Amino acid sequence: MSMLIKFLVAAVGAGTPLLFGTVGEILTEKTGHLNLGVEGMMSIGACIGFMAGYYTDNFFIAILAGAAAGALGALIYAVLTVTFMANQNVTGLTLTIFGIGFANFIGIFVLSKSPEGTLKLPEKITAAMRGGNIPALSKLPVVGELLFSYSPFVYIGIAIAVACAWYLNHTKAGLSLKAVGENPGAADAAGIKVTSVKYRNIIFGGAICGIGGVYCAMIINGGVWISNNVGGLGWIAVALVIFANWQPAYAIWGSFIFGALRVLKYYIPQSVLPFPIAFYDMLPFLITALVLVISSMRKSGRINLPAALGLNYFREER
Amino acid sequence: MSNGAGNRQNEPFARVVKRAELSTGKIVLLRLAAVALSLIAGGIFIACVGQNPFVIYGTIISGAVRSVMAFQGTVKVMIPLLVTSLGVTLAFKMKFWNIGGEGQIIFGATCATFFALFCSGMNHVLLIIVMFLAGFIGGGLWGLLPAIFKVKYNTNETLFTLMLNYIALHIVSYLRDGPWMDPGSQGFPKIARFDKNASLDKLFGIQFGWLIALLLVVIIFVYIKYTKQGYEISVVGESQDTARYAGMNVKKIVLRTMFLSGGICGMAGMLQATGSDITLTTSVAGGVGFTAIIIAWLAQLNPFSILLVSFLFSVLEKGSSVVQSNYGLSTDCADVLQGIILFFILGCEFFIRYRFLFRKKEGTK
Repeated sequence: MSMLIKFLVAAVGAGTPLLFGTVGEILTEKTGHLNLGVEGMMSIGACIGFMAGYYTDNFFIAILAGAAAGALGALIYAVLTVTFMANQNVTGLTLTIFGIGFANFIGIFVLSKSPEGTLKLPEKITAAMRGGNIPALSKLPVVGELLFSYSPFVYIGIAIAVACAWYLNHTKAGLSLKAVGENPGAADAAGIKVTSVKYRNIIFGGAICGIGGVYCAMIINGGVWISNNVGGLGWIAVALVIFANWQPAYAIWGSFIFGALRVLKYYIPQSVLPFPIAFYDMLPFLITALVLVISSMRKSGRINLPAALGLNYFREER
Repeated sequence: MSNGAGNRQNEPFARVVKRAELSTGKIVLLRLAAVALSLIAGGIFIACVGQNPFVIYGTIISGAVRSVMAFQGTVKVMIPLLVTSLGVTLAFKMKFWNIGGEGQIIFGATCATFFALFCSGMNHVLLIIVMFLAGFIGGGLWGLLPAIFKVKYNTNETLFTLMLNYIALHIVSYLRDGPWMDPGSQGFPKIARFDKNASLDKLFGIQFGWLIALLLVVIIFVYIKYTKQGYEISVVGESQDTARYAGMNVKKIVLRTMFLSGGICGMAGMLQATGSDITLTTSVAGGVGFTAIIIAWLAQLNPFSILLVSFLFSVLEKGSSVVQSNYGLSTDCADVLQGIILFFILGCEFFIRYRFLFRKKEGTK
């Protein structure tokens, strides 16, 4: 029982960076732009957020810095694909290569200047990130551990996902966003400012991805900077968007399921299921591939894929 | 929308219109300007981390070509980049977003490694040929898989090929930790170094893969430009409906092209494993599959431009390793510069096809 609780808690932790990446990418894709730069935006966010935390020792400044950095990465993407109508796939990939390179470069650069030879977050911010410090609630048996023991990131992530679900489904701005993603020409004719809707949501999505990056840099390695700390999670997030059927609310449980897959190897003893470790590492990617195939086979049913995804909008050609 | 003078204020400040075709000279000039701007932006970045950009750029170039050995090193970096770029070009020409070059490299290398490890007693020439075919077929199958689902269920190939990259990667780490672990490494997980018989020969001090890569440039150029199959690829890329209307078997073309595309990437993996690494590691692809996409795009899918661009990228990568040892900037610098250059080129493509029209002042028309 306590093993199961530990497993679930670990799954939520491992799923949280995916949640940020997925929700950010859902907002982006709803504009009709497939941004393959999630990994890059998360890396930039990771780097800037971590450095801000390292120097200021303030948790909120770190998160804001990470979000701003992710938004800046998304801004590059938005300028190139929305205004300059560049190929979305190539732009996104470039953003990923640039972002990872930038993060690693800055990381190693700061590392080479640090006297200790490692970059470890200071005490105060580490304490702020650590979970289980909600008065009274965290001390409850079982429920306390399952619901109230997490790092603030988890609650921020869920709050953002819920807010985005509400934004998409219950606000006028969300409706405009969906209209732009389905048919920008019609949205334009209806008086929606297509370019501004695209910019706003792509940048906002990038900011959310950036916070996910901060999680990767601060939590996964116990507050010590290492290169490549996002490590492919951004790519899983891109795939999770499909798994979540472009619904931020589904992204919550989707990312926790994938989080569970990522930590499974630590909780299933070799004596029970003698799978090699590499198999568990492969599992999230394997299942994503299966989900892709199955969701494309399932012709019927409601698939929320934005109709104009991947197509740039040129006003004079509508 | 009315064009009446009274609505002038409602007109956007700037709008975008298509422009008439630019002359080739102007296009080249625009691209060169973009590269120059990107080098300036990169220079500002270098200056921000406290180095002299001119010195760093100089070191990158001289570090890559200053001696015969440095040049050989640069070519060694170039071989997988060039071959993989040519491979993904075939798929891109068809507008099939094969971003699985990475996985195809890994799987091709894995198939070739099987023969290197377990059939190393074979006649040398025969063994190399067998490994070559194994790499090609392995990579080809890894590319064929997403193509099958694409033509059958219209499964998104971008995401599927991407997932296959990681699946291939973990197959190698499984083999490394288990069945193929070097018995002589005392439990350290690595695959044994290949027998001398199973490693590629050298030509002018570099593995002879460079010759294959150069031949491939010509072969792909001819294939795209002068063969029926190459023509079919372009038509499918332009419009699947047109292809179907012209009586082409689109499914067959997609499957065949993806097999070739993946196969060529697999070949790059085989060359890297048997010619440069002389073993199989999880970093056999090491990002080449992604960089190749950028190279192919920058070169506008023209094989000879790909040769040039991949050489320049190899100079950047090899040179930045010299920068690392001389100035302590990490080799990730190369990725940052690549990213900046491509951002500018992507932006510049816009000005080749479109131009901004600004709102005219009241009463000027």
